[in-house]
Amino acid sequence: MLIQVLFHVFAAILVLSALGVISARNPVYSALALVMCFVTSAAIWLLIEAEFLAVVLVLVYVGAVMVLFLFVVMMLDINLAELRRGFTRFAWLGWLTALAVIVEIAGVVWARGGLGVDASRGAVPEPQSYTNTLALGSVLYTRYAYPLELAAMLLLVAIVAAISLTMRRRAGLRYQDISRQVAVRPEERVRIVKMEAEQGP
Amino acid sequence: MISLGQLLTLSAVVFSLAVAGIFLNRKNVILLLMCVELLLLAANFNFIAFSRYLNDINGQIFVFFVLTVAAAESAIGLAILVVLFRERRSINVEDLNTLKG
Repeated sequence: MLIQVLFHVFAAILVLSALGVISARNPVYSALALVMCFVTSAAIWLLIEAEFLAVVLVLVYVGAVMVLFLFVVMMLDINLAELRRGFTRFAWLGWLTALAVIVEIAGVVWARGGLGVDASRGAVPEPQSYTNTLALGSVLYTRYAYPLELAAMLLLVAIVAAISLTMRRRAGLRYQDISRQVAVRPEERVRIVKMEAEQGP
Repeated sequence: MISLGQLLTLSAVVFSLAVAGIFLNRKNVILLLMCVELLLLAANFNFIAFSRYLNDINGQIFVFFVLTVAAAESAIGLAILVVLFRERRSINVEDLNTLKG
């Protein structure tokens, strides 16, 4: 019963903050509403006993990705009035699409036997000794070891790509190029001039 | 006890709000990226719900990989956005018509 109440509270907060994301005037408020979405989603995932992913969602999304979003939003000097123009022109199309998606999914979910599972059933609660992290890890590092390596590789590529995209050399900036300094040879720097000694009068 | 249908309905609502957001904010690239994040969150909801209700841990593993790919995607997307803003001084989608024939 308490879980039901908590679920409905969190679901209401999630839907309201999702509305905030798509309708806020300022992108900073959108990003903050998205943070709220992630936090409440993590709470709901805790309620259905997916603890590890709830923690990862807060750590990775709220802690890293949304901070990155906020940085970029605040760093760019955006002309908001220009971007907001025509907000309502296609609004009806957006709401119509949203309504269609809701009706379709709800129809599939609540139709009798539509999913092959009983949608009104609750999950079987895990026993007290169950550890979600252990269960995930024991599969992730055995059966999914190769995809895990691929995911790590993907993150590395993403780091290199993001840094190399945004790095820039300003012209006229004085800086040391260590590899050029090390690779220099004596004959490029020192010129030895042979000349006769001067004779006295 | 939270039923599977409740979770799927919630994720459907979030998903459709994100789709509506893509239509509403179609000029602002940052908001488009945020709406994509919201779409992925709704999809992850479904994965976790079915993983729990069918007692199959593989769904949660998939959410793990989706989170990884989404983090990489948003990092590169924002990097491209910063470079774009440096070049064009604008992030309006309507200004991005260089490839128009």
